[in-house]
Amino acid sequence: MKKNWPLWEVFVRSKNGLEHRHFGSLHAADADMALENARDVYTRRSEGVSIWVVPSKHITASNPEHHGELFEPAQDKVYRHPTFYNLPDEVKHM
Amino acid sequence: MSEKEIKNLEALFDQRIARDEKIEPKDWMPEKYRKTHIRQISQHAHSEIVGMLPEGNWITRAPSMRRKVALLAKVQDEAGHGLYLYSACETLGISRDELFEQLHTGKAKYSSIFNYPTITWADIGAIGWLVDGAAIINQVPLCSTSYGPYARAMIRVCKEESFHQRQGYEIMMTLAGGSPEQKELAQDALNRWWWPSLMMLGPTDAESVHTEQSMKWKLKRKTNDELRQQFIDQTVPQADLIGLRIPDPDLKWNEETNHYDFGAIDWDEFWQVVKGHGPCNTERLSARIQAWEEGEWVRDAAVAYADKKEDKKLKKAI
Ligand SMILES: [Fe+2]
Ligand SMILES: [Fe+2]
Repeated sequence: MKKNWPLWEVFVRSKNGLEHRHFGSLHAADADMALENARDVYTRRSEGVSIWVVPSKHITASNPEHHGELFEPAQDKVYRHPTFYNLPDEVKHM
Repeated sequence: MSEKEIKNLEALFDQRIARDEKIEPKDWMPEKYRKTHIRQISQHAHSEIVGMLPEGNWITRAPSMRRKVALLAKVQDEAGHGLYLYSACETLGISRDELFEQLHTGKAKYSSIFNYPTITWADIGAIGWLVDGAAIINQVPLCSTSYGPYARAMIRVCKEESFHQRQGYEIMMTLAGGSPEQKELAQDALNRWWWPSLMMLGPTDAESVHTEQSMKWKLKRKTNDELRQQFIDQTVPQADLIGLRIPDPDLKWNEETNHYDFGAIDWDEFWQVVKGHGPCNTERLSARIQAWEEGEWVRDAAVAYADKKEDKKLKKAI
């Protein structure tokens, strides 16, 4: 059977001190080629100082249908935020 | 899912878009949304890729090193735009091979403008100035379209387009300021590219079938006629500035509307080219097919090499 080049996800650090950010995806036969292609496709104007490529099939993503179970529990936990606590105005530096 | 449930989901979906929420690949979406997006994004990707051909034609014959590096960089950008867009399209569940298949069999369209020939160096100037100029007008509103991957691709594309238009205008400006022969070359290119560039912004609103739905999904934010008017209003003064004449005897400034009035567009020509009867339809498509077929052994060899390396790694591990 004909084998197509697999899909890779590309992450780029735009400068030291910043995290790698998802830039997009591309096809390549192997990791070396994926890196080279990512260089040409996503960093033609000095957009990056470091690139990660990850085979797309190795990414496990949460399902949007489970949005409620996953993320709603955080919504009613206002006590995790500093503004939940009532302090007098006279208190400084807090 | 029952029909009622689907209707319900569709209503929620439309509300999300109306609230300016983005739709991401794994979100539920109406089948029509998916299909329309595959059609538009792939058509857009194909246009970027086929669009390299008329300009690639002049890379080896660019008149100076400065022009050559600029044109090479521009054409490379267009390849990049095609790749961003193919990736965005694939998130909707279609494979790259299917997309190519649709292009090569003529099932998918690309922008008709690329079916016109580039017969002189001035055509490279006219393409950058007018064709990329019209493309920018089309693309800027898409940066805020509802489908996340498409919007993100468009933001990258738009950032890169500005140089394309400026290098084209600079070519036209230089020719227009040169010898009478050079100026004539620039005028001739403008004469040939002006009307196809206006057509590039799509059929008139009265004949455009997709506008209403596309507006709702933010695939379109302005109508074709509005975009065309914007293009004309901004381009005419640019032509005046370098002493070139827009090839339209009916073109004139309208004090009341604050826009240019312009002559009738030959839509017969437009539909002829769309249907495959433009000057270069056959040539463009066969160049794409040839590149794809002749590249097959390279793609296969790369896969074989990758497999072999993988095997070696596994053997070492054992
Ligand atoms: Fe482009
Ligand atoms: Fe461009």
